[in-house]
Amino acid sequence: MNDKTNLTPNPAPSTAIAAAAAKDQRETMGGPVVPEPETKADSMGVHATVFNDPDPSGSIDQDRTPKMTARDIHVFYGDKEALKGVDIDIHDDKVTAFIGPSGCGKSTFLRCLNRMNDTIPAARVTGTIELDGENINSARMDVVQLRARVGMVFQKPNPFPKSIYENVAYGPRIHGLAQGKTELDEIVEKSLRRAGLWDEAKDRLDESGTALSGGQQQRLCIARAIAVDPEVILMDEPCSALDPIATAKIEELIHELRGRYAITIVTHNMQQAARVSQRTAFFHLGEMVEYGKTSEIFTNPREQRTQDYITGRYG
Amino acid sequence: MNSRAPTRWTDGSMERLVAKRYAAERRFKFFGLAAVSLSMAFLAFLLITMAWKGAGGFTRTEVKLSVDFPRSDLILDPAALKGPESAKAIGAAGLDIMLEQAAVAQFGQGGGELLGGASVRTLGERLIEDPDLLTRRVDLWLPASSKADVAGKGDGDPAIEALLAKTDHRRRLNPTFLTSSDATDASVVGIWGALKGTFLTILVTMLLAFPIGVLSALYLEEFAPRNRWTDLIEVSINNLAAVPSIIFGLLGLAVFLNFMDLPRSAPLVGGLTLALMTMPVIVIAGRNAITSVPPSIRDAALAVGASKMQVVFHHVLPLALPGILTGTIIGMARALGETAPLLMIGMRAFIASPPGSITEPATVLPVQIFLWSDEVDRGFVEKTSAAIIVLLIFMLLMNGLAIYLRNRFEQRW
Repeated sequence: MNDKTNLTPNPAPSTAIAAAAAKDQRETMGGPVVPEPETKADSMGVHATVFNDPDPSGSIDQDRTPKMTARDIHVFYGDKEALKGVDIDIHDDKVTAFIGPSGCGKSTFLRCLNRMNDTIPAARVTGTIELDGENINSARMDVVQLRARVGMVFQKPNPFPKSIYENVAYGPRIHGLAQGKTELDEIVEKSLRRAGLWDEAKDRLDESGTALSGGQQQRLCIARAIAVDPEVILMDEPCSALDPIATAKIEELIHELRGRYAITIVTHNMQQAARVSQRTAFFHLGEMVEYGKTSEIFTNPREQRTQDYITGRYG
Repeated sequence: MNSRAPTRWTDGSMERLVAKRYAAERRFKFFGLAAVSLSMAFLAFLLITMAWKGAGGFTRTEVKLSVDFPRSDLILDPAALKGPESAKAIGAAGLDIMLEQAAVAQFGQGGGELLGGASVRTLGERLIEDPDLLTRRVDLWLPASSKADVAGKGDGDPAIEALLAKTDHRRRLNPTFLTSSDATDASVVGIWGALKGTFLTILVTMLLAFPIGVLSALYLEEFAPRNRWTDLIEVSINNLAAVPSIIFGLLGLAVFLNFMDLPRSAPLVGGLTLALMTMPVIVIAGRNAITSVPPSIRDAALAVGASKMQVVFHHVLPLALPGILTGTIIGMARALGETAPLLMIGMRAFIASPPGSITEPATVLPVQIFLWSDEVDRGFVEKTSAAIIVLLIFMLLMNGLAIYLRNRFEQRW
């Protein structure tokens, strides 16, 4: 706890929301938070994150209970082995980034975490993934509940072709989270606020979600994921279809959401991984090559392949 | 000055090739336009001849006849016409004989030929309306017989034409064509029985084929495991859509009539048979529409924790509905115009009254057209064309409704 005063995430205008987020975080987790100071609220903005290292020892996150753990995950598409034994821990107050070249299995792994691979008939997953110590592939775990607890945002913004309101209200409605219209309205407003879309969308809630711009659509998708009150949010290259300004907004949003939800993001963009995450896993050819603090992966990788990738030798 | 050596793009040698490409494009456009024009011409020819010939079917020739009721041999008590037994009293009175006598008296020898079944029927209706007519001499406009009607339209027997020329006659809209049913006399036939039969049959077809077809498509596309059985079912459905319709008629005859003992000639059986025929079309169109729903929408719904069922009914089905409706329109239009399978199950019977329910004997428009086209009486020629117009209008209305529904459900993504 070396830097408590620097808790405020950048950029500056969102301090109020961030403070609220910190408060909410304490409530939802029911205990003292171990925030990882990661940014300095100085003039540097989103693009210049400074990584502070709270655990100087070599091994990270040793005595903390992870939100999700994956052990020895293999995924087969027919005969092809897409993932060759992946072990990873995901912590609920961290943003975990998966980086790696195309086809390395990072999206496949992400889709294992909420069992979206179930929808691909040819895919077969082995190994154990636990959410709060509970095996998500066991018969006791209901896949519908799992996906409500582990939300997902996709590469291409995919709002339903319905109104903005209906997009956000859909999840709470099917899960019966709201008693009556007013409560549903509150959930919609809260979710849109958290996704940073309320000011732009409040006067056009009845308009189609597909009429929004790409960046707004992606934030609508994030609002839709938030609305069912998930514990983990998986983001599969959420900015790859967006322009730099919309990307910056999403990244800012990830900063604000961190702590409230465990966030896992797949990205092609290494600068983005460096900007938004505290933990990074590097995937290559179906293997997880290296997992560690983002600061270490980018400044002092242990593996040669990681070094080659982040220095742009391939990928 | 540009001193660079000319390349193949600048020395003109490519120009000829480029010109050739443009010429090919122009040729293609021309052939396309020619094909469209030719088909439009055929369509226009069909519609115009049909309208030309059929329009006459909606009119009838009326002849002015003066009848002196008190002086005639007619024995009819005006009081009897006021009770519920009036139709019976008219039937027993021998109006046809009286009319014949009046016609001969007024138009001379052979004058009775000008009046027929429709004249008797109209006179009976007039008398029930106004029994006081019986007390005086009146001039009545009565619909002519079928022969005289054809002659009045310039296409009949010269003798009758000559006879008709001497009388006071006129052309009027035929009010009974849309309200009465099949008959042996062309002057009294109407389309209502066949229209109602068509309506009931299509209703049965729709109620069966649409839900079963859509649910089958949904199940096969969204829930069924991919294995040899589902492959077999898929191939079978595709083959069923290509089976000649008369085979379905035989199937209906064997299963619904012989095995299940359902009533012959009934819209129920017709509808069941046509549903068998239409369902594969709806299944195929439905599956195509369902596959074309973007997977990202499915993912989006699954990722907020919707169950498979919720994904299908909240998202996939509404988005696929326009496509499914298009397929249904095609299937229904085919069923609407179908004759062959209905002949097999007895819907070609002579049905002189409109069906009261789906289990009563009925016929349908295409079969009625087929039956009338077979008649010897020349009066049926234009009735056939008129019936075709009614069928086409019915089809247009149905398609219009379907297009309206499709546009209403159309959503963009």
